[in-house]
Amino acid sequence: MNGLEPLPSATREATSRSKARWLRVLPPLVVLALGVLAWDLIVRLGEIPPYLLPGPFLVLSTLIADWDILSASLAVTLLTALEGFVAAAVGGIALALLFNRSRWLEYSLLPYAIVLQVTPVIAIAPLMLIYLPQQTAVVMCAWIVAFFPVLANTTLGLNSVDRNLAGLFQLYGASRSQTLRYLKLPAALPYILGGMRIAGGLSLIGAVAAEIAAGAAGAGSGLAYRISESSYRLNIPRMFAALLLLSAAGVVIYMLLALVSHGVLRRWHESALRKEN
Amino acid sequence: MADPAMPVADAVSLRGVTKVYDNGTVALGPLDLTVRKGEFVSLLGSSGCGKSTALRIIAGLIQPSSGSINVATRNGRSIGFVFQEPTLMPWSSVWENVRLPLKLAHVAKVESDVRVNDALAQVGLAEFAESYPRELSGGMKMRVSLARALVTDPDILLMDEPFAALDEITRFRLNNDLLTLWRRLGKTVIFVTHSVFESVYLSQRVIVMTQRPGRIHAEHRIDSPEPRDDDFRTSVAYAAHCREVSQALMQASGPEAGL
Repeated sequence: MNGLEPLPSATREATSRSKARWLRVLPPLVVLALGVLAWDLIVRLGEIPPYLLPGPFLVLSTLIADWDILSASLAVTLLTALEGFVAAAVGGIALALLFNRSRWLEYSLLPYAIVLQVTPVIAIAPLMLIYLPQQTAVVMCAWIVAFFPVLANTTLGLNSVDRNLAGLFQLYGASRSQTLRYLKLPAALPYILGGMRIAGGLSLIGAVAAEIAAGAAGAGSGLAYRISESSYRLNIPRMFAALLLLSAAGVVIYMLLALVSHGVLRRWHESALRKEN
Repeated sequence: MADPAMPVADAVSLRGVTKVYDNGTVALGPLDLTVRKGEFVSLLGSSGCGKSTALRIIAGLIQPSSGSINVATRNGRSIGFVFQEPTLMPWSSVWENVRLPLKLAHVAKVESDVRVNDALAQVGLAEFAESYPRELSGGMKMRVSLARALVTDPDILLMDEPFAALDEITRFRLNNDLLTLWRRLGKTVIFVTHSVFESVYLSQRVIVMTQRPGRIHAEHRIDSPEPRDDDFRTSVAYAAHCREVSQALMQASGPEAGL
């Protein structure tokens, strides 16, 4: 070994990796700063009144001032979305397992699952509110939008089992439950997690859509209700603050699910492995 | 130990076995084949000649359309199968992959621990027990697959072009390791391959199969003395066997085979 060797590749790799990380964090932050600046300038220079378009700092101070009301509403909406999400995850996986077991069941029920998926939830919500207690109706709406991606992805995963591995299980006389536990579910796991990642965001959307419908009926306490209530009262800064909270909640939900997915698949699945060039 | 209904010396016997797929494709047969206990037999043929189908029928993975199969094993599951791909569960460690057949058979943990460790030691992967398949090279994955097939201590080892996807150096090494294991463990091996050189190097008997539907075209006995090693690979006798088997394969594959 002499002193003329190039930079050890490990160091070079680390440098380029931290560079890549910066490249992913910095530009979106710059865009955010520029956007907020432009927003503030437009409001100031155009002398736009707050009931038309509040400036970013007014929205922020409203968020702080109204934190008690807004955080309580956020908790209500998040709980609804969580209930819808759990129901969707459990229901979607269970239904996919049933479909996997019986082709007849799949052929009989899948069309209706699709109908439920393609009908806009905002159109179903008012009906739900007639037949069900309000909270149940809202959770139901969250479930309706969120369950299909779990069902579709789990079905795809269960059907994607390596055929030779399935043959191997057959060769060693695996029982149905052994095949499910040791082969089908682990093989489907990346797909299930992908479906759940979509379902997390959708359950929030479903909950908000249903709350808006419920809010139009004059009752409710979730964030979406706060938004429509503020709109009636021309409390536009609070509308923005509530909207900001909703987006933040959606992002946090997505990130949490992505984190869980990464943690579970870290050791073996391509999607969770660090990219090497 | 053997099934009293079978001739004592025979491990596998096929009589008039055919396979016709649902779409009408006649894949195999009729095929008559007898493999003696402890014998190393290769099924040699071009792609799509039904040799893998024959192997799967012996394993019980698919049912023949007609004919009878007798497999002499101590119990119904005493067959080890090695696929063309390593066919490992990517979500499990090497150790868990090798333990799978024992786990499915509800073998107690204490016993399976010993057997998994033995099987991994046999293929020289003892220190990779905790690795995951993606962390291994192609040759190492194939070794894991071999260890998994050996962990139940099967009487018969069925191998479906197991080394076809490996580079030549790795393949030669695994050929030698397989021969060493075969000599030590005395298993019956049925080895499917499309490589003349591999079949001659490994087997005591090479069965040359025709194009679809796969039938036995010729049988070639490789009587070179054991143990074979890399010297055999470069010997005159080896080259002569290869030439004869090659010619038989050419005839079996018909005039259009070279296209």
